[in-house]
This record gives sequence, structure tokens and C-alpha cells, in this order.
Amino acid sequence: MKIAVCVKAVPDTETKIAIAADKKNIDYTGVRFITSPYDEFAIEEALKQKEKHGGDTTVIALGGAECTDVLRDSLARGIDSAVHLNDADFANLDTLSTAKVLAAAIKDGGYDLVFCGHQGAGGDNSQVPSMLAELLGCAQTTMVLKLEVEGTTFKAEREIEGAHESVEGSLPAVISCQKGLNEPRYPGIKGVMAARRKEIAVKDATALGVKGTVGAANVKVRIKEMMLPPDRPQGRKIEGDVDSQVKELVSLLHSEAHVL
Amino acid sequence: MSQGYLVFVEQRNGQLRKASVEALSEAKRRAQSGESVTAFLVGSGVKALAAEVAKYEPTSILVADGEQFASYSTEAFTAAAAEAVKKSDPRYVFAAHTAMAKDFIPRVAARLDAPCIADVMALQQEGSNLLPVRPMYSGKCWGVYEIDAPLSFITLRPNVFAVNQSSGSAGAVEDLTVAADKVSAKVVAVHASEGAKVELSEAAIIVAGGRGIKGPENWPVLQSLCDALGAALGASRAVVDAGWIDHQFQVGQTGKTVSPQLYFACGISGAIQHLAGMSSSKVIVAINKDPDAPIFKFANYGIVGDVLEIVPKLTTEVRKLHEHN
Repeated sequence: MKIAVCVKAVPDTETKIAIAADKKNIDYTGVRFITSPYDEFAIEEALKQKEKHGGDTTVIALGGAECTDVLRDSLARGIDSAVHLNDADFANLDTLSTAKVLAAAIKDGGYDLVFCGHQGAGGDNSQVPSMLAELLGCAQTTMVLKLEVEGTTFKAEREIEGAHESVEGSLPAVISCQKGLNEPRYPGIKGVMAARRKEIAVKDATALGVKGTVGAANVKVRIKEMMLPPDRPQGRKIEGDVDSQVKELVSLLHSEAHVL
Repeated sequence: MSQGYLVFVEQRNGQLRKASVEALSEAKRRAQSGESVTAFLVGSGVKALAAEVAKYEPTSILVADGEQFASYSTEAFTAAAAEAVKKSDPRYVFAAHTAMAKDFIPRVAARLDAPCIADVMALQQEGSNLLPVRPMYSGKCWGVYEIDAPLSFITLRPNVFAVNQSSGSAGAVEDLTVAADKVSAKVVAVHASEGAKVELSEAAIIVAGGRGIKGPENWPVLQSLCDALGAALGASRAVVDAGWIDHQFQVGQTGKTVSPQLYFACGISGAIQHLAGMSSSKVIVAINKDPDAPIFKFANYGIVGDVLEIVPKLTTEVRKLHEHN
């Protein structure tokens, strides 16, 4: 079985976000990049499916220099090989352009399964897996909590509002992973050492055959301005004994805030 | 030239989703004179629902009614939506940002080579152009987006856009014929989750618990307050990771981002990832025994104390208020 995993390098979720001077991006000064949290479930699922069915696993990341450590982290966990999609044209791509670049890297690889996190932390778009499946012309299931692969078919459970859906489909398929699917393993020392020696294949727009079809001239969505959310109003602590605190709170929620 | 709006109106078990009605209402408010608002229903035996949709006064309603839509499949719904776009030629396609729309709307966008902007919480208007505003980094910052395309897809965050109160009637209801397409994956069963009485992302009031509830045996204490308020139960990442409750209840980064009218943070200290997921709530109440917990900086009202002592009294007080009104 051939398995691809798409990962994204994102600012650590502990990061306090500041806006850059041009207001078109966040200020990356001092920001530490990590594997997007949902992508950890995708990496783990690729490893588990390989353990079960054999085959090989490839991790793919799109972006600049921040991707190298993230790709090495996947290799350290046990992914077989890594591909870095890196080109000046790939800066600030919209979701559809991102999917186009990934599809170009995946389409001729003969992959049975493509795993993604269901959403990249940061952009929070939740679009690339579905777009990728369309561009590859294959099945998709998103927000997956359970997966069983048997021959050329799969059974998955996905999360919807207040319920789970059971999905059945045929491979190849793009699967976007939700927390709960598995428990991601951490890389061991041996894995980290081995990952350092592995080569990361780098592909640019020309090698992928997307030169001129993605890039600044083809982006259809741009950020005009970024801002921090407005400050929350100054709150107040309610004093007194518990009975009077509770009475006052309910009265304030009712008569002052008008939310009860 | 493309003009007006197409709104995907989601139904589940013959009920319109409230979030879809919000999206339809917003399209009506945005449409300028002469611009049409077409509502679009997909399912099996859903034609009767057109009368329900008509109350929100779309210009017309397209209905894709057929066996192939009886249970959800990404590909069948994508084919139907692509056909609806072809038929109505809109400039903007709206949908509620739900699990279903998140799954298939980006696929439709890719098929039509059009951009998609997800989880939009406000719309600015510049002439006839919409500039969607959406949270990024789980709400730590916001982005205002510019779109450069004749057709674009926008999914709207539930619970943010108001529902139009109207009882008018729409123009024509028209059948949409969708050519059968390859379906390589489909839903074969739906299982209701245990416990979740009110859906978190659409709830007007949320009562969320963290480490301060001391153990999973104390969820009934919060659930009683939920019942008194008609609220949804939520949880911090710490207690989800500790195995006290299922992940579907988690609020914050790697969980759900919510914008209720009222949010009770009970025994939640307020890690940056949690704050990101709930800080756009209109009113926040924090109950925590640590007076220095970061959550108090975000709360409109705070009580320093033991959740397990305060919440039962709060439940009683809320019940009293409801009895008197």
C-alpha cells in the first residue's frame, strides 16, 4: 500500500500572535514552528496502516525553510521518505492553489491513501483535503475518527454535529483526520538520529509542472488586513458569600447583560 | 454576468438547519436591488420543505430531490451543487459552516475553479464586493479578505448572523435535475452521539468544565445547569486529554471554536488555546478557585470559589428566575 501524508508547519499553538507591520500577515519574529496538531493524527494513521498492510509512506509539506524540521519530525516518527514543495511562487497561496500544488506532487505517485489533518492550525480553513480529493478525482472522507482499510475498500467514521456518520468507500481516498482517531506516538532518539541522515527531496514549481498556474498572479483570495480581536470589556469579580454571589450573578446576567 | 446569491440550505431528517436559515437571511440582507437570492435544497423527499424555506423570501428555490441524496455522499452533493451554480449563475454561494458544508463545499469550489472562504463571522461591503472577515489562529487574530473572482464560495459561522423574521413567500420552486455521477464513498449509517443534548457550535449558551470539577463523576453537576439554561455542555482540553469526556465536547484549538451569547467557564484556568476558541462569546462568566487564573481577564463576571459549591446554587437560582418570568 502506498500512503502519502500532507503536513503543514504552523506556529506553535502556545504562540501569542502579533500582527506584522504591513498588517497582511502575522509577525513571525521568534515564532517556533511545529507540525500542525491535526497532522499528527494523519502521520500516526499512515504509520498504523503501513504496520497493518505493509507498503511505504511519504510525507509532503508545502512551504519555506520552516518545513525542514517538521518533515524531519515525521521521518523520526517512522515515515519512510519526505518531499518538500518549495518555491518562491508558493508564498501566500490561497487554499485552492495549495491543493493544486499538492495534487501535482501526489497525482502520479500511485497512492492508495492520502492522509491530511482536517484543518491546518492558523489558517483554520478546513478546505485543502476536499479540494485535493476533487483534483485527484478520488473518494474523500473528512473529520475521520475511525478507519478500517480492507483490500481496495475502506470504512470510516466521521464526526458531524451531535452524531457520527459511518462511511463506506473505495480507494484511492483522501482522509482528513480528527482528534480521537488515534494516539500519536512521539519520536524516539533512534528515530531522530536516523531522520537526520535521511535526504529530503525538494521540488519546485517547474519540477511539479505548475509554473505559471499557481503564484501571486493566480491567487484569487488575498488578506487585505489582519487585526487583533477587540479587547474584552473590563470584567468584574463578584464578592460576598456564595449565596449572595450567585444571586447577584444571575441578576446581572438577567438585567444588565440581558443574556438570561 | 454572474450576479446574486445561491444559498445551500441544509436539512437533516426533514428539518432545516438553523445555521442555514441564518445564511439565507444574510444573503437577503446583502442582496442589492435587482440581485436574486436562490435557495438550494438537496435530499430525498425534501420538496415539501420548500414551503419552509419560502418563509425567508428567496427569489426562487431549486430542489434536487432524489434517491441518490437520501444519505449523504460528498460526490452526489458536489454534483448537485455544481449543477445549481450552473443554473443560477451566482456571484456568491453561501452555506452555513457545518460538518456537511465543510466536507463538500470546498470540493465544489475546486470543481468550478473558484475560491472558498470558510468560517466567516462578518461581512464588510465595498460597493458590490463582499469582504469576508474570519478568525485565524483559532480566533487569536482576524483577517479581512479580498476576493478576485467572478464566483466565490463563502461559509458562514453558525450563531453569528441573525435570522430574518418574515413570513413572505418565494417565487418559483424549480426541480433541479442532476446527472448521475460516480460515487466512490457514501454514508451508510448515522449514529447519534451519547450525551450531547444541544449542539455545541450552535448553542446560545454553553457551560464548560475543566480540571476544577475534580473528576468525571461531577459532569452531572454541570449538566443540571445546562438543562436549566437549555445550554450545551463543553470542556477544556485538559479534561478531554485526561479521558473525563469525549473530544466532541472540547472547546478551543484542536476542539471547537464557539461564539455563544453566554459562556460559563467552570474550573477552567484559561490556557491560550482555550481562550482562542471561546473569546468571541458575547458574555463570559468565570468560576475558578484561583483568583489569578487568566480566564478572569477575559470574563465579564467572575466568581472566585469552588465550582462544585457554586454551580448547584446557580442552577437553583436560574430555575427560580425562569419560574418568575
